[in-house]
Amino acid sequence: MSMVVNKKLKKRIRIDVDKCNGCRACEMICSAFHATPKYSSNNPERSRIRVMFEPLRNIYVPVYAGEYTASECMGKNEYVIDGKKYDDCGFCRAACPSRTLFHEPDSGLPLKCDMCEDNPPDEEPLCVQWCITDALVYEEYEGEETEEDVKIADVDISMEEMVAKYGLQKVLETVARMAQKG
Amino acid sequence: MRYAETGYNLEIDLTRGNIERVETDPKLAELHLGGLATTAKILWDRVPPETEPFSPNNPLIFSTGLLCGTPATGANRTIVATVSPQTLLMGYSMMGGFFAPELKYAGYDKIIFRGKSPDLVYIYISNDKVEIRDASHLKGKGAVETVDIIQQELNDPKVQVAAIGLAGENRVYMASIEHGRSSASRLGIGAVMGDKGIKAVAVRGTKDINVARPAEFYKLCNDVLKYIQFRDDHPVPGVMPILQGLGSPQEMKHVDEAWHTQNFMWGNSRVRKRDYWTPEVEEKWRGTQESVRKRLISCYNCPMKCGAVISVPGLSTYMMKCFSKLTYTMAAFADLDFGFRIAQRATEYGVDGFSTPQVMAFAVELYENGILTDADLEGCPADNEGRFYWLLDRIVRREGIGDVLANGTYWAAQHIGKGAEEFAHNNIKKHEQLPLKLGMLNPVYYLMYCTGEKANITQIEGQFPQSPFPTMAEREEFVKDWIQVPDEKFKQYLLGWELRGERSNPYYPTIDMSVDIVDWQEKMHYIDDAVGMCAGLSSFPLKPPYHIHNYPAIISAATGLEMNEDKLTEIYNRNRNLIRAFNVRRGLRRADEKPPEDHWKNRFPELEEKLLDAYYKFKGWDNDGIPTKETLQRLDLGYVAEDLEQRGIIK
Ligand code: SF4
Ligand code: SF4
Ligand code: SF4
Repeated sequence: MSMVVNKKLKKRIRIDVDKCNGCRACEMICSAFHATPKYSSNNPERSRIRVMFEPLRNIYVPVYAGEYTASECMGKNEYVIDGKKYDDCGFCRAACPSRTLFHEPDSGLPLKCDMCEDNPPDEEPLCVQWCITDALVYEEYEGEETEEDVKIADVDISMEEMVAKYGLQKVLETVARMAQKG
Repeated sequence: MRYAETGYNLEIDLTRGNIERVETDPKLAELHLGGLATTAKILWDRVPPETEPFSPNNPLIFSTGLLCGTPATGANRTIVATVSPQTLLMGYSMMGGFFAPELKYAGYDKIIFRGKSPDLVYIYISNDKVEIRDASHLKGKGAVETVDIIQQELNDPKVQVAAIGLAGENRVYMASIEHGRSSASRLGIGAVMGDKGIKAVAVRGTKDINVARPAEFYKLCNDVLKYIQFRDDHPVPGVMPILQGLGSPQEMKHVDEAWHTQNFMWGNSRVRKRDYWTPEVEEKWRGTQESVRKRLISCYNCPMKCGAVISVPGLSTYMMKCFSKLTYTMAAFADLDFGFRIAQRATEYGVDGFSTPQVMAFAVELYENGILTDADLEGCPADNEGRFYWLLDRIVRREGIGDVLANGTYWAAQHIGKGAEEFAHNNIKKHEQLPLKLGMLNPVYYLMYCTGEKANITQIEGQFPQSPFPTMAEREEFVKDWIQVPDEKFKQYLLGWELRGERSNPYYPTIDMSVDIVDWQEKMHYIDDAVGMCAGLSSFPLKPPYHIHNYPAIISAATGLEMNEDKLTEIYNRNRNLIRAFNVRRGLRRADEKPPEDHWKNRFPELEEKLLDAYYKFKGWDNDGIPTKETLQRLDLGYVAEDLEQRGIIK
């Protein structure tokens, strides 16, 4: 007996935070690619990826714009990294009304990573192409189709690296908090 | 619509607290491009030669380059310029990082400060909102610390800050302007910022930068990025590691310091340690570097990672790039651990990592030779490392002997007298140079050292190898894919260059070849400084991604200006002459154009004179290094010629 599963080519950008050098080429090129006409202007504030960085605490985390949320969420994330608390939604992907991040600076319209969908299909997303230090790596894989796939492009931060960097305990706490919120 | 540039400058009068947004003349980009060159134009127009560095009439200009903020990889330089307290000539320094692009996104090409604020202030620019804010709570704070405080106070981690430390506040001539992993360090620019009462400039921008021909420009930028990747995979063989790749010398990445520690000078640029680099030293230094280096980091829109986040146990974190890891170490005859430790304090104080260690080593030498006495150094520890910390603390506070040393070796020696001048032996145009002493005169380097307007060799050299390849096979290999040469003749120059014999230094490259080579290298630096390109991707390294053949198309597609190699060369000549004219008006003459006496052991006075003669002639200058009226007129600088004529400088 066999089960029928819907297979789908999934796209994913793997983020290796340890390789990020904070250059923001990803922000720049994303905004240029989405300009009309293409590349006619650029402005990191319009980018669908932003690099959250605090050099003095050695924190460099590229974050992709995720879903638009109509209202501010109830439980905020609280990350503790190197002893400093980040409770200002710093690493959240949502375009949410409580902050300017992932909104067009002029119109205020929400921004969302679309994996550069109108790029020729054989090409990698622009932010990946311009991240030649490989902090962003494009992956295509065949996986089961889920509701989530249809809704949102899959982007994840390599868990192993996060654990190696910040310790299992902290990551677990963070994940637990995120799950509660979920 | 203006392309690549924003078309607006910010004029801030600190005395009156007046802020204006002023539209610029689009013609200026056509004539000069932008960056350093349009800054020099402002200085020429507004600063008569009598203006003292610490006069309220001496402007301090933060300028972006023409391409900053566009997708052109590495176009991120902020050019800071003013009259230098150290050389009394034009002082300018380029810093990387994120400041220039952010300023562009805020809608400005330049910030022009004049006047002086009675109280310490910082400037906050957020798009159209510009404020002069009280900075009394930042007085005495470290330059790195200041950034953190301002970002928290503005509740915006994305705000880009350039700040001075205690050294700038106290008008120390080696004071830098610090900006994260970058700094504008040379020529005392931080002292002028302190004199104006500006602790920091904070910028945040969320506007667009437009380019004229997007598809074409994007393709050209992509080609540059591909070439960078190609060069990453193809280091230049036969040269030392830091010269093989692109970027600033990759000092944060490489641990192997055999070359620097054994060829550069220790102490007050005196002692060569030929056998220093042993396996034990290498192991120790590797341990030090790898334990304090947390991450390699880049400037805006560049993959090269020339800087690093440095965290030494027990000290606050800071960022470092390039060669400052060794300057303190070697000046104090210490080791790398000391270098990283004292650099932390020096970065917070905001001092130039080239000049400052030399000033301290100079003081130690004067003391050892009885010129400075126990009375001068009262309270100073006896060990060398202790002395360096003690001297650094005195210098940035201008306390006691520190007040004298704070003016750099040249002025300090004049003040101290008693033969101290002999010890200030490593200056050009009153400015401390790399601690490098060599054997045989290199004619190309002779010219660059003499005539560089910035008195800093790393801002002039590049492109053409520093020494010949030993074998013809290596030379042929090198020239095979040398696409950057402006003309095929440069390949011949290199092919003919031998280590020994007739076709070796100092008589080969010949005088004419030397002039040609210098002109090419200068040209690339002047273009970079106008467009705001990092020299590490263009004028400085061997086989860079930007060169005279692709620059015209890149500049044209970004700006809409018509451009070709000849036009670009003419703009370079115009800019080169404008800066020279500014300095000539302030008194620069041939007599000032000399390298340190002991830079090479083997000197050739007759040849050196001929080299200078030929260089001046090539430039269209008279025998004293002054541009002729015809030269200036040919370059649309008739107004400059007229001014110099009226002053009797052009006869
Ligand atoms: S392009 Fe890559 S290295 Fe640069 S900031 Fe983005 S993720 Fe980091
Ligand atoms: S995948 Fe495309 S849309 Fe998404 S952040 Fe990267 S460049 Fe922007
Ligand atoms: S090459 Fe290095 S110094 Fe130059 S822009 Fe890139 S990271 Fe900065």
